[in-house]
Amino acid sequence: MFDVSFVYEAKDVKDAIKKLVENENSEIVSGGTDVLIRVREGKDAGMGLVSIHNIAELKGVKQDGSGNIIIGAGTCFYDITHNEIIQKYIPSLGEAVNTVGGPQIRQTGTIGGNICNGATSADSASTMTALQADIVLEGPNGERTVNIKDFYTGPGKTVRDRCEVCKHFVIKKENFENYHGYYFKYGKRKSLEIATLGCSVLVKLNSAKDAIEDVKIAYGVAAPTPSRAYKAEEFAKGKKLDDKTLLDEFAKLALEEMKPRDSWRASKEFREQLIKEMAKRSLVNSIRRAGGKIEYYV
Amino acid sequence: MDYIGKSNLRVDAYAKVTGSAKYTADLAPRDCLIAKVLHSTIANGEVISMDVTEARKVPGVVGVFTCFDVPDVEFPTAGHPWSTDEKHQDIADKKLLNKRVRFYGDDIAAVVAVDNVACDKALKLIKVEYKEYPVHTDARSMLNDKDAPILHPNWRKDNVIAHTSFKSSDDFNYDEAKKKAIAEYGEENLIEVVKNVKTPRISHCHIELPISYAYVDTNGKVTVVASTQLPHICRRVVAQALNIPWGKVRVIKPYIGGGFGNKQDMLYEPLNAWLSVKCGGKPVMLEIPREETMVGTRTRHPMDGDVRGLATKDGKLLCRELVNYSTNGGYAAHGHSITAKCAGIFQNLYKNPLGVNSEAYTVWTNAPTSAAMRAYGVPQAVSFAETLTDDICEKGGFDPLKFRMDNLCDENLKAGGVEFYTYGLKKCLEIGSKKIDWEKKREEYKNQTGPIRRGIGMCCFIYQTAVAPIALETASVRMILNQDGSMQLSIGATEIGQGADTVFTQIAAESTGISPDKVFVMSSQDTDITPFDTGAYGSRQTYVTGNAIKECGVILKKKICEYALTMEDEEKLKGKKLEDLDVFDNYVVDIKSKEKLVSLEKLSTTAFYSFTNNQHITAEKTTDIHTNTFASGCTFADIEVDMPLGIINVKDIISVHDSGTLINPALATAQVHGGMSMSLGYGMSEEFILDPKTGKPYNNNLLDYKIPTAMDSPDFKVEFVVMKDPTGGYGNKALGEPPTVAPAVAIRNAVLNATGIGFNEFPLTAQRLVHEFKEKGMI
Repeated sequence: MFDVSFVYEAKDVKDAIKKLVENENSEIVSGGTDVLIRVREGKDAGMGLVSIHNIAELKGVKQDGSGNIIIGAGTCFYDITHNEIIQKYIPSLGEAVNTVGGPQIRQTGTIGGNICNGATSADSASTMTALQADIVLEGPNGERTVNIKDFYTGPGKTVRDRCEVCKHFVIKKENFENYHGYYFKYGKRKSLEIATLGCSVLVKLNSAKDAIEDVKIAYGVAAPTPSRAYKAEEFAKGKKLDDKTLLDEFAKLALEEMKPRDSWRASKEFREQLIKEMAKRSLVNSIRRAGGKIEYYV
Repeated sequence: MDYIGKSNLRVDAYAKVTGSAKYTADLAPRDCLIAKVLHSTIANGEVISMDVTEARKVPGVVGVFTCFDVPDVEFPTAGHPWSTDEKHQDIADKKLLNKRVRFYGDDIAAVVAVDNVACDKALKLIKVEYKEYPVHTDARSMLNDKDAPILHPNWRKDNVIAHTSFKSSDDFNYDEAKKKAIAEYGEENLIEVVKNVKTPRISHCHIELPISYAYVDTNGKVTVVASTQLPHICRRVVAQALNIPWGKVRVIKPYIGGGFGNKQDMLYEPLNAWLSVKCGGKPVMLEIPREETMVGTRTRHPMDGDVRGLATKDGKLLCRELVNYSTNGGYAAHGHSITAKCAGIFQNLYKNPLGVNSEAYTVWTNAPTSAAMRAYGVPQAVSFAETLTDDICEKGGFDPLKFRMDNLCDENLKAGGVEFYTYGLKKCLEIGSKKIDWEKKREEYKNQTGPIRRGIGMCCFIYQTAVAPIALETASVRMILNQDGSMQLSIGATEIGQGADTVFTQIAAESTGISPDKVFVMSSQDTDITPFDTGAYGSRQTYVTGNAIKECGVILKKKICEYALTMEDEEKLKGKKLEDLDVFDNYVVDIKSKEKLVSLEKLSTTAFYSFTNNQHITAEKTTDIHTNTFASGCTFADIEVDMPLGIINVKDIISVHDSGTLINPALATAQVHGGMSMSLGYGMSEEFILDPKTGKPYNNNLLDYKIPTAMDSPDFKVEFVVMKDPTGGYGNKALGEPPTVAPAVAIRNAVLNATGIGFNEFPLTAQRLVHEFKEKGMI
């Protein structure tokens, strides 16, 4: 038995907002794979749950007239991985969310919950950060759009108000077109795992495929919130793929911008090593996916 | 043999796969009250006072009971057979709820309510006032603090449960032996390795949580339905804890979802029984959540051993020493038995021509209680012994396979009343090394450089099949012939997922001639009904209970044949004598020609309903065995180390077991698969860790405690050396625990082969690897 004061199945987004406003001690539940755990642990015990689980408009992936990709916040991980648009344009996001938990969790958990939960370890977060996703929220005062770089305010904290429903994400065409990506999840085991470190790279090569035109790199768990390594990105732009300093320098600069910490889960020394090595391997894999040739031992 | 050595389908396969098998939670009555336990938030100290006023007011709460309310009785929790000799009884050091808090998470109060939500609300409202003492979560730190408070002053004058030295001779001293070796061989001709090895605290992670429900029956019996490995011992301990006559307690064991030794201790069954009594005998269910299970039940012992070994430069092992500090946690549970078993295996795995000292301390600490876990101290023993061997080989440039062939214990080993009645250890090495292509790969993996390297390693073990002669080994069996010639098989030994019921069925079929499909094993044990057996622990049941079933079968068969001789209307039986008869495939047959004389169906129906010779044919047998035989085996692992990420990829792994005759080869193979998986966790990812300052657990959940998943598991290869052991019922030896001994260390030794670095702290996590590679400038 779960200690919840009520469960309300909202008809639509406005209905959900209304219920949240009316009940101060309530929160949104969608897939429930985080919320119900918090209830069980006693952290959210006694709260009312406003379910947005059955709101059809929050589900699915589509493209708008400009070619931007719109991902409904209520879309579960499995449906993202298996969506044709995702597979065609941003397969690395599909791969990233396919590393969440196990098959049951991926059928249940949603990308909206994954982002709004505010965890730096969320498997979708680093790729969504690299893709510079816009987050569309609706609350009692109407709709607003927040870019993911401004969304996180600390571990488990975001700018979203309790009464705001995350409706969908917008990935602009210019942020994915001609980019190839790779998500590297490092866990202590191969499934049912929370990332020790996550690293997502998107790379665009020049037409000769021998130099980097643009690159984005974002990490999870390398800092309190999902974080881009801007200096590394700047450095790599325009670099030839046969440049022997490329990988080491890229990794070194990436590390400079991260703030790994010592904890019982992983030492700072270990995290630093992973930040560097994963930068290299993610970049190498992205370049290869983009059709570039680069030497590395894996 | 007709039914032995066949891979019969598990007798419970359909029930378990379809979900129709009933476990404790499935059986609890609908009106069952729910109980929950309040755990201490300090690791060492005393509860000064507790205020439960607000907790009692929560709607739905039936009762709140604290450490100030429980009987002033300390009871033993170990699932050992009772000893009538007081000196050999387990340490009784635990109360149902404890004022004297010994570890973070100790049980200090319990709430009974109509549901778990009311329980949780009430638990939060209990106010506790403590007096705190300094905390020591490991054995060495506890021993080093001479002023540390004594946790169990009724039992010992310090925190040492026991300190023993197993020596090759009473006057053996390692340093003296070394002097002797120097005099004989010259210092330049000797190789010595001196090091420290640490093993992890491991959680059993059985899928079914510890769960029970208890009620007082109309006949006044305190009845506990529990997920326990040993219902008969559970009955005794519940009675001791409640201070009531043993016969007033009844324990029922339905199907259980794994135990691995954790449920070889009495966990919360006594408290559950007491809570029901306090609630007027109403049914009360107590299920321990995973987070509390990991802390409040039992763990594998973390051990910390100083190891030394000396060999000659031509590869002769001379002498060894282990001084082992074993962290037992807040309560004694199994006392010194596990650390002592570890010491014995370290001592006996090799020949030690100049002698051996295996010294062991078991220490009470402010940590979760360590007790039995599959292989009972032996994974730790080989962590000490087999890493030492490979370090000596690395230093001396010896081939680890040849070194073992030359120095391992042989078929003449006799230790503590245990011996090799059949010896297959070296045969196992031959098979394993051939299958993994040892020689070729050792050659191939020499002098590697670069960040990705391959390595091959091995590890051996020996293992006592039962607990005799240290402990009583008794088993009882009852066979009841049904009207149609089928049989009810009632045993005290328990099915806990390992397949016991299936092999018991095959053994019963073999010994009676009644085919397995007509043998109905009663899977649920009920101490009011089931004959006595000490239960599922060690690797004993197929050996001990197997012998009892075999002997019981002989009795039943004789009774059947005797009855056949009274069936005067049966033409074919005319003139036959008892010695002419046998039972085979559900018929009484002629022992020589196998001619079918009368069906058991006809015989049984006649016996049940005859006016002139009415009989209910049953047989009963109790066997206590006094022999004990060593099983043995080895694991070979071929791995790849991704050094920059600290990842070990197991490319190939094979275990070879010398376990005598296999009663059911498919189940035997599955047993090895499970054990290998468990060892993989011990070797690479599992460690239950505490904050050393506060004793608070960090990772008492299955997300942060890394048990390997199927995705992390390579294909486990399994081979057997089958030699019929004269002491096993049908030639069988231990196989329940041995599979979980060697793989971890084989992997560790493969990493040594790959990188030249011998890791001495288990598990070999990526962080440990990366740290070491960085220290050595390898990445």
